[in-house]
Amino acid sequence: MSKTSNLKVLLNGFIKENPIFVLVLGMCPTLATTSSAINGLSMGLATTFVLFGSNTVVSAIKNLIPDNVRIPAYVVVIATFVTVVEMSMQAYLPALYESLGLFIPLIVVNCIVLGRAEAFAAKNTVLKSSLDGIGMGLGFTMSLTMLGSIREILGTGKVFGFTLYSDEYGMLLFVLAPGAFIALGYLIAVMSKLKKA
Amino acid sequence: MSYILIFISAVFVNNIVLSQFLGICPFLGVSKKIETALGMSGAVAFVMAIATVVTYLIQKTILEPLNVGFLQTITYILIIAALVQMVEIILKKVSPALYQALGVFLPLITTNCAILGVAILVVQKDMNLLESVVYALSTSVGFGLALVLFAGIREQLGMTRLPKVFEGTPISLITAGLLAMAFMGFAGIVK
Repeated sequence: MSKTSNLKVLLNGFIKENPIFVLVLGMCPTLATTSSAINGLSMGLATTFVLFGSNTVVSAIKNLIPDNVRIPAYVVVIATFVTVVEMSMQAYLPALYESLGLFIPLIVVNCIVLGRAEAFAAKNTVLKSSLDGIGMGLGFTMSLTMLGSIREILGTGKVFGFTLYSDEYGMLLFVLAPGAFIALGYLIAVMSKLKKA
Repeated sequence: MSYILIFISAVFVNNIVLSQFLGICPFLGVSKKIETALGMSGAVAFVMAIATVVTYLIQKTILEPLNVGFLQTITYILIIAALVQMVEIILKKVSPALYQALGVFLPLITTNCAILGVAILVVQKDMNLLESVVYALSTSVGFGLALVLFAGIREQLGMTRLPKVFEGTPISLITAGLLAMAFMGFAGIVK
């Protein structure tokens, strides 16, 4: 691990170990908050912040934590950053906070965050861990934005609020719950096809 | 009467997995066989019911009187983590077979967003203690229903020939989508 360059660590999360398409972690927010591109993007950025913060802190204090209680300790670190995000969002972006709702506190139980703390930050230097946090977070954001755009385009004919075609041709199904599963299923299939090719 | 409505709403109309997207990880992870699906739903039901009661009482007796609502997320997740650990120890003693079958997914109940989600939802929806318990139990019934149905379909799916890229996660997600579509038929029963 120590020989890999910092750039590689940063880019790892985009393609090779993309949290959604390859690791298939963090499905709940992925499916629930991608009814539109903007929601997907903001959820991704909120998660990126938490990942960056928790990876950095966990890696900084990794030698201070006894091995037996490391998971609860990580969870407290993560929950702290989630609370920071939650309160700042409530204060500065109330509309967004309303639409993401329950899924902001639920970043705590997003498997990616704990997964990276345990799998990467607990074994690597502070710099590498924060880069990994950013990379993974942006990979997650990218996937969420893609899925959000696809669902918004198919469902309402808009993307980021720009109208592409009239919404009377939109398939409402893709904004609703079943569309999330189906769109993500096809997206993962396409991604693994592209990766092999 | 309203308890029946909570039940129907949580099991069918607003199914926790298929329409609220909570607990997707175990839904995709342990649904390969019907028996493991049943075991997982039992464990989730148990943890969810206890966690909801404990977090509810802590919310009302400690967090709200002291006006430290911002500690909600941290407190809840620690309580749930401790409970899961307890269930794990008990299960290891009482039923080693089930413990073996659930394996890695038992500690993962901690990061099952359905548990934390329900604990937060009952506070947000301003339910009283009894309603919260009914809600938690019905939600876990809904979770179990979705999980077992899905496991049944997946057992058949294992014998189907598929294009290579669709094997594994993609086809599971598409199947889940179709299942969710079927559950949409219940929409409108309870408002």
